[in-house]
Amino acid sequence: MTTQRVKFYQVGSFAVGNRLLDPEQRTIQSGPDRANALTSGHRACRGCGEALGARFVQDAAMRAAGGKLISVNATGCLEVFSTPFPETAWQVPWIHSLFGNAPSVASGVAAALRAKGDTRTRVLGQGGDGGTVDIGFASLSGMFERGDDVLFVCYDNGGYMNTGVQRSGATPPAARTATTPAVGPAPGNPFGQGKDAARIAVAHRIPYVATATVADLHDLEDKVTAAMELHGARYLHVLVPCPLGWGSDASETVKLARLAVETGLFPLYEAREGRIAAVTRLRRGPVPVEEYLRPQKRYRHLFEPERDEATLDRLQSIADANIDEYGLASEES
Amino acid sequence: MREQIEGSQAVARTVASCRPDVVCAYPISPQTHIVEALAVLARTGKLGAAQFVNVESEMAALSVAIGASATGARTYTATASQGLLFMAEALYNAAGLGLPIVMTVANRAIGAPINIWNDHSDSISQRDSGWIQLYALDNQHAADLHPVAYRLAEEVSVPVMVCVDGFVLTHAVEPVDLAEPERVDAFLPPFRPRQVLDPADPVTIGAMVGPEAYTEVRYLAHTNAKRALERLPVLAADYAARVDRSVPAIADAYRAVGAETLVIAMGSVVGTLEDTVDELRGEGVGVGALGLVAFRPFPVDVIRAAVAGRERVVVLERAQPTGSTGVIGTEIRAAVPGGPPIHSVVAGLGGRPVTRASLKAVIEAANRGELPELSFMDLDTGLIEAAGSRP
Ligand SMILES: Cc1ncc(C[n+]2csc(CCOP(=O)(O)OP(=O)(O)O)c2C)c(N)n1
Ligand code: SF4
Ligand SMILES: [Mg+2]
Repeated sequence: MTTQRVKFYQVGSFAVGNRLLDPEQRTIQSGPDRANALTSGHRACRGCGEALGARFVQDAAMRAAGGKLISVNATGCLEVFSTPFPETAWQVPWIHSLFGNAPSVASGVAAALRAKGDTRTRVLGQGGDGGTVDIGFASLSGMFERGDDVLFVCYDNGGYMNTGVQRSGATPPAARTATTPAVGPAPGNPFGQGKDAARIAVAHRIPYVATATVADLHDLEDKVTAAMELHGARYLHVLVPCPLGWGSDASETVKLARLAVETGLFPLYEAREGRIAAVTRLRRGPVPVEEYLRPQKRYRHLFEPERDEATLDRLQSIADANIDEYGLASEES
Repeated sequence: MREQIEGSQAVARTVASCRPDVVCAYPISPQTHIVEALAVLARTGKLGAAQFVNVESEMAALSVAIGASATGARTYTATASQGLLFMAEALYNAAGLGLPIVMTVANRAIGAPINIWNDHSDSISQRDSGWIQLYALDNQHAADLHPVAYRLAEEVSVPVMVCVDGFVLTHAVEPVDLAEPERVDAFLPPFRPRQVLDPADPVTIGAMVGPEAYTEVRYLAHTNAKRALERLPVLAADYAARVDRSVPAIADAYRAVGAETLVIAMGSVVGTLEDTVDELRGEGVGVGALGLVAFRPFPVDVIRAAVAGRERVVVLERAQPTGSTGVIGTEIRAAVPGGPPIHSVVAGLGGRPVTRASLKAVIEAANRGELPELSFMDLDTGLIEAAGSRP
């Protein structure tokens, strides 16, 4: 595919990378030769973390694949906002089949390429947390277990956003969703449920698993690039704030993603062949979870009408446990 | 090459001659022997570069086929019963995307109660999924329908189910003429997809379509299905000429000329039915048979012509009729308004044999005017009473 010159309309923003940096330190996305595989004009909400994440993931994968990439998409916001017939935002061969089968469809694409002897074209699968962690989980696990040559990326916004913000297996405890309403004696999503998809991916002993967010887009691109250097089943779990579902301001998407990391709630790591190989330590002493929770209306019941100290403590202890388990504490703390 | 061979082997080896690129399936009786045979063919290099993918479910099997087909691979899968239902969502999807996947359905009953034996409830339940459905009359026919299915699927961009009676055919050993691979090659050109996932020419497949165009998409699929019905006999005749035997593709009439009673059936029971027709004809009874091969798209014109002028029609329904009067009978009644009485006889459910004696009794009852619109063949009323119900 030919590359396109892009306007630097995001000049100076944290998201796109600072043009004052040395060229080799800039993001792929900030370069004039980015593939623009998910192009502008789609219908995502303002401040959509998933749209931002997908754009960086696609173009980093496109660069790594030398433009020879096929993308498979599960049903969900990303699919819906990017392909309202007769429009498409994809400038990459792209297929959407169903909600729960994207990893299998990607396996099929990879199998067809093998059968044709095409060793150059690479395969990227992607879905939301619902499509990945819940309804597509067997499909994902099967793809991992077979070791199919697919990089699968989960854009985790902690709920079924496309259908109106219902709970998924990746919804964090205490979060309000339409199906875990903030009413009754234990408002929001119950504690102790849900699943850690990235760790389960690691348990498959696949070549590469990493977590990332849309706060550190360099890191996100680097992880895509690292994943693309390998073959076999690979998995990337990307935290993507959703202003609509989280009840946050569109301008706070990147900040919230950063706070999720800095509180310890969302540990960043890479795992290779079933072992954690690298952990990103916190840049500064852990931020109290309250700073992350407060700007999000899905946690408002923790602060109003009165402070729910017990639940806030439980959430803080989850962050503390992560910091301990992954060794996230910064050098300075 | 005439060989004494199991039905599943005949199907697998014919599929191999169709040179699939990707074969994927999940095991379920009575489909297992087909995919086991293909696994061996793949491992021993007899499928060339084809990829044999073991998956974790039928949903995955068809999904792998969807991805592979959209990437330009000729794909094959097979299933039965619960497996077909497990695929249901992907069945509609494959048809909606116009992917020419060919699948063998080793027909089996559906649970509960769980039952591994043969009837047509599985594929019949998916009649509106957009797949073409062809029902094999015997093992020779089962084998021959596969190259025809591929050619048709790829020409009209519609997936095809080749329905083969589980156990009765899949596990039956009988002589089958296996087409030489060169003959299949001459008939079936390499797959040239209409639309393919290719980095050199990016396309978006599976976009979201709203009210402004969804009906039109469905209308086009409907007209395409009708075209499939025109092309099917032409392609089957082409293949038949190359292998030098007949390959019924829409329907196969047997001693139907001048018959006042026409019995319509699908699948392997047609063999027994033809024997019964012979017996009754020997007794001077005017009866004939129609083996229906294409059930989807439903060959309305052929059915109309076949039924016209009969005194009565008996339809053997090999699928559960829950709450209605039998699936095929209902379609025939709709196709022939004001036509002769159509008697649906539910027969051979969950592997119960359909005997010549029972068929004869049913036809004689129809001729006496004593067969209701819907009846169950060989119902064990004692068993029903013992269960505390009234028959
Ligand atoms: C089998 C099936 N069940 C339910 C749905 C409805 N549905 C479509 S998208 C979606 C939620 C998607 O959530 P997620 O995967 O997290 O993606 P997001 O929209 O949050 O990005 C649901 C429930 C569907 N399309 N198919
Ligand atoms: S609902 Fe959330 S995930 Fe969906 S488009 Fe809007 S911001 Fe993005
Ligand atoms: Mg989601």
